Amino acid sequence: MADGNGYKVVGTRPIRHDGVDKVTGRAKYGADLNFPDMLFGKILRSPHAHAKIVSIDVSRALAHPGVKDIVTSKDLPILSENILAEDKVFYKGHAIVGLAAVDVHTAEEALSLIDIEYEVLPAVTDVAKAIREDSVVLHQSLTTNTLGEKTGKPTNISSHVRHQNGDVEAGFAEADVVVERTFTTQTVHQGYIEPITATAKYNPDGELTVWTSTQGAFNVRQQVAGILDCPASKVRVVPLEIGGGFGGKTTVYVAPVAALLAMRTGQIVKVTMTRDEVFEGTGPAPATLIRLKMGATKDGRITAADTDLFYEGGAYPGSAVGAGANCMFAAYKIPNLMIDGFDVVVNKPSSHAYRAPGAPNSSFAAECVIDEICQKLDLDPLEFRMINGAKEGDRNPIGPRHGKIGYLETVEAAQTHDHYQVEVGNGKLRGRGVASGYWGNGAGRSSVNLTVNQDGTIMLLEGSTDIGGTRASIAMQAAEVLGIAAEDVRPAVVDTNSIGETGVTGGSRTTHATGLVAIRAAESVIEQMKEKLADHWEVNLNQVDFADGTFLNSDNQISFKEAARICSPVVGSVTESTTGAGGAFGTHVVDVEVDEDTGKVEVLRYTAVQDVGTAIHPSYAEGQIQGGAVQGIGWALSEEYVYDQKGQMVNASFLDYRMPTSYDTPMVDTVMVEVPNPGHPFGVRGVGEVPLVPPLAAIANAVSRAIGVRMTHLPMNPGSVLKALNKI
Amino acid sequence: MSRKVHVQTQINGENVEFLCEPRQSMLEVLRNELDLTGAKEGCNNGNCGACTIIVEGRPVNSCCMLGVEAEGKEIQTIEGVATPEGLHPLQQKFLEHAALQCGICTPGFIMNAKVLLETNPNPTEEEVRFWLAGNLCRCTGYDKIIRAVLDTTETTGVSTNG
Ligand code: FES
Ligand code: FES
Repeated sequence: MADGNGYKVVGTRPIRHDGVDKVTGRAKYGADLNFPDMLFGKILRSPHAHAKIVSIDVSRALAHPGVKDIVTSKDLPILSENILAEDKVFYKGHAIVGLAAVDVHTAEEALSLIDIEYEVLPAVTDVAKAIREDSVVLHQSLTTNTLGEKTGKPTNISSHVRHQNGDVEAGFAEADVVVERTFTTQTVHQGYIEPITATAKYNPDGELTVWTSTQGAFNVRQQVAGILDCPASKVRVVPLEIGGGFGGKTTVYVAPVAALLAMRTGQIVKVTMTRDEVFEGTGPAPATLIRLKMGATKDGRITAADTDLFYEGGAYPGSAVGAGANCMFAAYKIPNLMIDGFDVVVNKPSSHAYRAPGAPNSSFAAECVIDEICQKLDLDPLEFRMINGAKEGDRNPIGPRHGKIGYLETVEAAQTHDHYQVEVGNGKLRGRGVASGYWGNGAGRSSVNLTVNQDGTIMLLEGSTDIGGTRASIAMQAAEVLGIAAEDVRPAVVDTNSIGETGVTGGSRTTHATGLVAIRAAESVIEQMKEKLADHWEVNLNQVDFADGTFLNSDNQISFKEAARICSPVVGSVTESTTGAGGAFGTHVVDVEVDEDTGKVEVLRYTAVQDVGTAIHPSYAEGQIQGGAVQGIGWALSEEYVYDQKGQMVNASFLDYRMPTSYDTPMVDTVMVEVPNPGHPFGVRGVGEVPLVPPLAAIANAVSRAIGVRMTHLPMNPGSVLKALNKI
Repeated sequence: MSRKVHVQTQINGENVEFLCEPRQSMLEVLRNELDLTGAKEGCNNGNCGACTIIVEGRPVNSCCMLGVEAEGKEIQTIEGVATPEGLHPLQQKFLEHAALQCGICTPGFIMNAKVLLETNPNPTEEEVRFWLAGNLCRCTGYDKIIRAVLDTTETTGVSTNG
């Protein structure tokens, strides 16, 4: 029994079912499929951050030996400007032309033979400049939708939302200490190691197959069918193994182009991005500008907060400012609050989801201001969180009341952890920072099909692509219900023709939602087997029981495996729009040391506490927390899109973008608090996104305390630290 | 398109011959010509280590090696690490420690760590971290990878987390 919680499978650490294929190099990822006569596609991208396309001449490229076909936005049945630009490009890297050739080098040569005449326009790549009255305007058709009303004037601010409760002025009047700061964060990328890729095949009968690595095969189907204007039933999306996503693979970039080229050439076409295309042509997380004013009483009670959030949508509206607002203060009770959120377009790639989209940015501001208040009041920052922290029944300041949550439990666990008990050490510029974070988690549509084999093992089909061990966590939930070993359930991720609709592997929903559906499917299997056994034993159905993996009545008792032989064939198939996702909180503690000569920040020790509800496979839950924390270290200390005057990203490579390596990071100690989510039979809460929310502020607070200067700008790279120390 | 070159080499103990263009990288040859897709392309310019193979006993980013350079060399790829008898200890430890999430970086880590343990059977945590710093993993935060490698060494210095 695991952890004494009464479960047999849940809470154990079996070897993942897809593991051997992945450690032997046999697993097929997005770019690993090869077909005879396959063509290779490439995409020509804008060299300018902002320009009108005056003309496109592909004749020289088309005449190049080995080139098979060339497409532009005119060839798309339904225009989709971020797939292929129409008459204007809005960022460097904006896709304009797609072509297919016999090999990748020929395709690359042909790109250089395409002649495009541009009328280069001034560009704006900084949210602070883009919101000014005199800024370059990207879209003449964009007029601010401010608090539900159109202003009628072209602007880069695509929307303005406000959340308000209480009376902030009265709240600040009540405060003994008020801190106001402005924070900036830069554009950062999900940094998945596997570039975006898609391979497409079109048959003369109109059947289109797309092999790709994606967080959501059904999303790809819908988007490709939409852009190519064909019925979804004609599109089969086969999800291959996926080499990371973090939200970045919940949309399409090259798949519609590969499909269009396949349709027109009749040949299979593979399009794979290079790394610089990934940086410049896919959706990163938005840069932000955040002003926050917060007040508290002497005894450490928050009285009011007032904030403006400016999030870069990139080339098109749609930043995660809404989620940023929603998560910013979710951990606290704040009686008086005003949030103004602005979505702003700039000449950068269209921003997209990145792990807890929007929340790390806003929480960075909130948690840093709280830390400064604690310093001013000489209060322990975790104690401050115990005073103000939300518990069941408290209202998210801008949302509904919290159900059963484990926020305070994470704070308590951090307080009592050995890390928080020992001194941070002195003699050098050292500091300790803490911060909390929240993500609401998702549920939604999932489908699972369970087939009982005669030997009592199970084939489990699911539509959720497995990005980090969910085959195991879902199979384990079915195994728990069926009373069999995790190894006896063989999970498979199947294509869109083979399973019911399933939402993305995102929103930290998969282990919750697809797990819940797997539980329902297993329950259906049990019910069907009971019926068959009732017939077999010639008793009434209500005389057959199932407990602890055993079917029984007054005269008989047989294991699930024996029953399978009698009852086969049995299939349990469930598709459901699930609900009941439980929001979750984390609290991180980090120690840093700052080198006062170089400005380099070293992370000495990192402890991440999180309420995971119930950890199905604790190793993979820990892994999510560790991975999120290290992405946070990167965001805090080194990662950013660097732009030059012309709006050109100058560091579109892994070397220059600077994600953390194994040499930059410490072990990440994880503490999993388990406050079961009542919305799931085993208490699962989403785990994956929360851990990217606290690190930015936790590290900034540590650095600020180490050097005695408040850090309000990310990344805190050596240059910005030296500047803070007045050394440059 | 330039003329193809005939290359004779040894991959995973087998003699292999292939034709490639001089401009093709070894990674491209492995993946596209020989259908050995275990080596992955993360960056194609030596920055991520996903394409790591072993050439003459040394770890090499195969995206930065030309296919023609394989002539006469002894090469190991991830496909040759396990035997019919079972997994290599590193592979086994990666599984036991959950040292992979998406797994795209795993072949590169295993190839590089294999050379490390062949040259330094008892590395410290610091040495493992330094050796593997050319292999990027975006999912795991490295913790479990480092533990898996340390646990493969003769002396196990670190206990598992949790
Ligand atoms: S693909 Fe070779 S180092 Fe990244
Ligand atoms: S496991 Fe995904 S990059 Fe390492």
